Amino acid sequence: MNRQYKMIVIGGSAGSLQVILRLMPELRVPVPVTMVIVLHRKPSSDETLIDLLTSRTANPVREVEEKDPILPGYIYIVPADYHLLIESDQTFSLDVSEKVNYSRPSIDITFESAAEVYGPALLGILLSGANADGQEGMKAIKAAGGVCVVQDPDTAEVSYMPLQALSHVEIDKVMHAEELAAFINSLIG
Amino acid sequence: MEYKIQDAEIDSLLQQLLEKYGYDFTSYSRASLKRRVNRLYALDKFNSFEAFRDHVMEDAVYFRRFVEEITVNVTEMFRDPSFYKVIREEVLPILATQPFIRIWHAGCSTGEEVYSMAIMLQEANLLHKSLLYATDLNPGVLDKLRKGIFPLRYMKQYSENYIQSGGKQDFSQYYTAKYDWAKFDERLSARMVVAPHNLVSDHSFNEFHLILCRNVLIYFDRPLQDRALTLFDESLDMLGFLALGGKENLKYSSIFRKYRQLENRERIWRKIS
Repeated sequence: MNRQYKMIVIGGSAGSLQVILRLMPELRVPVPVTMVIVLHRKPSSDETLIDLLTSRTANPVREVEEKDPILPGYIYIVPADYHLLIESDQTFSLDVSEKVNYSRPSIDITFESAAEVYGPALLGILLSGANADGQEGMKAIKAAGGVCVVQDPDTAEVSYMPLQALSHVEIDKVMHAEELAAFINSLIG
Repeated sequence: MEYKIQDAEIDSLLQQLLEKYGYDFTSYSRASLKRRVNRLYALDKFNSFEAFRDHVMEDAVYFRRFVEEITVNVTEMFRDPSFYKVIREEVLPILATQPFIRIWHAGCSTGEEVYSMAIMLQEANLLHKSLLYATDLNPGVLDKLRKGIFPLRYMKQYSENYIQSGGKQDFSQYYTAKYDWAKFDERLSARMVVAPHNLVSDHSFNEFHLILCRNVLIYFDRPLQDRALTLFDESLDMLGFLALGGKENLKYSSIFRKYRQLENRERIWRKIS
C-alpha cells in the first residue's frame, strides 16, 4: 500500500516505555513522518524521558510546548499532566482539562484530534497498557480513514490496552514490538 | 457514533454568543474549544445542534453553565510545587522590600492558587501588607473562591504539594475540616480582591508587582495571547514579575525583549525595560 502519511501517533501505558526505547535506535534518520508519542506516566518524569529518548536516536526529540509548529522528521513527546490536541493549522495545543480514562495525557484525546486533522494520512499505534485509553482514539482514526496498528497482546507486557482496541475496532495490523521499526521506516511521508 | 458539532456550527455559535452576551470565544484555540463544546453537548444529552444552540442563546442561566464548562477550571493548591518554591525563595524576598505588595492572579478559576500564594505570604510575614487580586471570566468560580471551601479529599495531595514547595508548617492549620469540606482561614481571604475580568475584552485596572496567569494562555490563539501579554505588561511595575504555566512562553510575543527569565527552569520573567 503506497499510502502517504503525515503523522504517526503512538500511545501506550504500563509496559510501553521499553517498546519505545527499543524502537528509537532502529528508526531511520530522518524519520519519514512526524511522530507523536503519548505515554501515561508520573508528572515529574519529563526530563528523564526526553533524555532517555534523545540518547537513543539522532532524530530530534522534543517535548511539546503550546503552539509549537508541527515539523516533519521530529519526534514529539506529550508533556506529563497535559492533554495534547492538533490544530488544523498544523500546530499543537495543550490543555489541562479533566483526566480522561483516569489519564492526562489521554491517548484518546490526541488520537481523536489527530484523526480529525490528518484523516487517511494518519497512522495510529497502540502499545502495552493496563487501561482502556486509546480505544476511542483508534475508532476515530479508523472512521477518518486512517490506519490502525496494535502491539500483539501476546507479546505486550500488559495486554489489556491492545486487547480492548482489538475487540472494539477493526485493526489493520497486529505487530510484535520488534517489527515496528522496520514498518515505520518503510512508510512514505 | 454520537454527533460531533462541525466547525461551521461552532463558528456561527461563537458569533451569536458574542453578539448576544458579549463573551468572545472566537480567538480561543480551536481544537480544545471544539472538544469542550462537544463534551458539554454530550454531557447534557442534546439531540441536535439546533436544540443546543437555541438553549444557550435563550437561557442566560444555561449560558453561564456553558461558559463554566467550555473553559477549563481544573486547578489545585501549590500546583507544580517547584514553581512555588521559586516564588517562595526568590521572588517573595524581593517583593518584601516594597512598602505594599499587589499581586494579580489572572484567570484564577476557583482560587486554589490564590490561597496558596496567601499562605506563602503569611509565612513570609508579608500578608498584612499584600493584596491579592483574583480575577476570572466566570462569576461562578469566583463565588467558590470567596467561600474558600474546597473538597477535603484533596487535602492530602495539597499538603504534599505544600511541603514540596518548601512549606514547613502543619498544612492543616490553614483550614477547618467539616464533613467533606475544608474551609480555609478567613485571614487569607481577607487580603483578596475578587472580581470578574475577561482577558479577551477588559483592560488594565491597576499596577502590580507580580502577575500570575498559569495555564490560561494555552487556550488562546497567538493574537489573543499577545493581547493578554500586552495587558499584563501594561499592568506590571518596572522590575515586576510575570509567571506563566509550565509549558507557556513569552518568546513568541511582542513584549519578549522587555523581559528576562529567572535563571531556573520555572516560567517566571522579570520586567527589565
